Amino acid sequence: MSSGKTSLAADAGLTHLAVSLRGVTKTYDNGVLALGALDLTVRKGEFISLLGPSGCGKSTALRIIAELTAPSSGTVRVARHEGARQPGHGIGFVFQEPTLMPWTSVRENVRLPLKLAGIPKAEARARSDEALASVGLADFADAFPRELSGGMKMRASLARALVTEPDILLMDEPFAALDEITRFRLNNDLLALWRSLGKTVIFVTHSVFESVYLSQRVVVMTARPGRIQADIRIETVEPRGEAFRTSAAYSDYCRKVSAALAPSYSGQSTL
Amino acid sequence: MNAQATVTAKPRSLQSALRFVLPVIVFAAGILAWELLVRIKGIPPYVLPAPSVIVLTLIKDWAVLSQSLAATLLTTLEGFAAASIGGIALALLFNQSKWVEYSLFPYAIVLQVTPVIAIAPLLLIYLEQQTAVVACAFIVAFFPVLSNTTLGLNSVDRNLAGLFQLYGASKPQTLRFLKLPAALPYILGGLRIAGGLSLIGAVVAEIAAGTAGAGSGLAYRIAESGYRLNIPRMFAALLLLSLAGIVIYGVLAVVSHLVLRRWHESALGKEN
Repeated sequence: MSSGKTSLAADAGLTHLAVSLRGVTKTYDNGVLALGALDLTVRKGEFISLLGPSGCGKSTALRIIAELTAPSSGTVRVARHEGARQPGHGIGFVFQEPTLMPWTSVRENVRLPLKLAGIPKAEARARSDEALASVGLADFADAFPRELSGGMKMRASLARALVTEPDILLMDEPFAALDEITRFRLNNDLLALWRSLGKTVIFVTHSVFESVYLSQRVVVMTARPGRIQADIRIETVEPRGEAFRTSAAYSDYCRKVSAALAPSYSGQSTL
Repeated sequence: MNAQATVTAKPRSLQSALRFVLPVIVFAAGILAWELLVRIKGIPPYVLPAPSVIVLTLIKDWAVLSQSLAATLLTTLEGFAAASIGGIALALLFNQSKWVEYSLFPYAIVLQVTPVIAIAPLLLIYLEQQTAVVACAFIVAFFPVLSNTTLGLNSVDRNLAGLFQLYGASKPQTLRFLKLPAALPYILGGLRIAGGLSLIGAVVAEIAAGTAGAGSGLAYRIAESGYRLNIPRMFAALLLLSLAGIVIYGVLAVVSHLVLRRWHESALGKEN
């Protein structure tokens, strides 16, 4: 496969890297080796997908990058904010579930990261409203999470991840539970946001089609313990839109990625 | 669309009306049967007073009974406040330190499973009477608050906890903005149980203290009226106790509903 391309990014020097993992492994308390050894480099402003079967450790990799989980071995380097409005919060995280606090309004949910960082209320409110507007939820700021649809909850979750203006956005199968039409729409909105904000995005998914549609690079992982099986660059005319989804190039890439993914499932003949 | 809505709405409103009307009918029928039984059989009031006699006694003895009601309610309230504050505070302490939890939790259980009626006479020996009665109400009522609050604090969504960690929330911030709100439905459930239990605790202690003769609460009135064979007054005091219990439960249920109505499943309408 075209895994040689990663080295290009590495050669470009550390200053251009957003995330670099070297020999990262994760062993759970029960002795199961979940991940690794994983080597991964992501350039600043890049949109990459981690694609792999369930339980391959892709979510664990994301949690390690976010420092929510400590790696058992290996080194993790994450480029931090420089000269931004709010140091120390260079990472936005979108979980698989919307993970909103049900007891308060959407605006308060989005304001949470700023509140925890001690940003004055007036400024925090303004920035929350800005973030909500950027995901098309301006009219729902005062609603409670239970009053929103699944797609809108996910948008609110995305707004909360964006409100600290992070450099890196980590997304853990965010749209997996949504219906297809909603997912397509959110895919397009996410691409538009990525283009306008220029953030680094690491997107975990188990959908071949979603990964090819969204990302510049698809990193295919093996079954547990997760390692990198293939690293496939998706090159097409930017900006992408619905036309790409129906193009021949798109289906070629999907076939290529599926072929790379197939060995990961070979041990699981029952599926 | 509209016609359909009214058709489906009718049985539902009828059903909710029935839920209210049926118990009232049963109550009225029971009272009527009681009244008739006493009158037809000519049962003397010191064996079984008729409902009408009980109501008349309630009015006649209102001066004495209202004072006793106030005393019992005050005891209950004090016990409830102590149980709420103590139960929540202890649960928070347990949540902060596993060591404290391991050291103290067994004793909380011991206190809970030992029948309070057996502890009350001891408490009356060592404590001043009013303090002992409040202590009894506290002992009975604090455990549901403690265990429910502990459950609530441990039921925080894992991803939300991760989110707070990601944004570097301090321990007090996590407690205030995440753990306490998440535990609130559980805490309110515990308080609802504790309200009724603190009344029971107060009554038990008053009865135990009653034999010592210095009491003034409703339970003391019941014991005292029993010795004097003033059965109508016993019933009147019992009626007041029962009403007090219903009011306490009702108030706590309303408070719980008002606090949770915008977000928690338990307080939402069925249509949503």
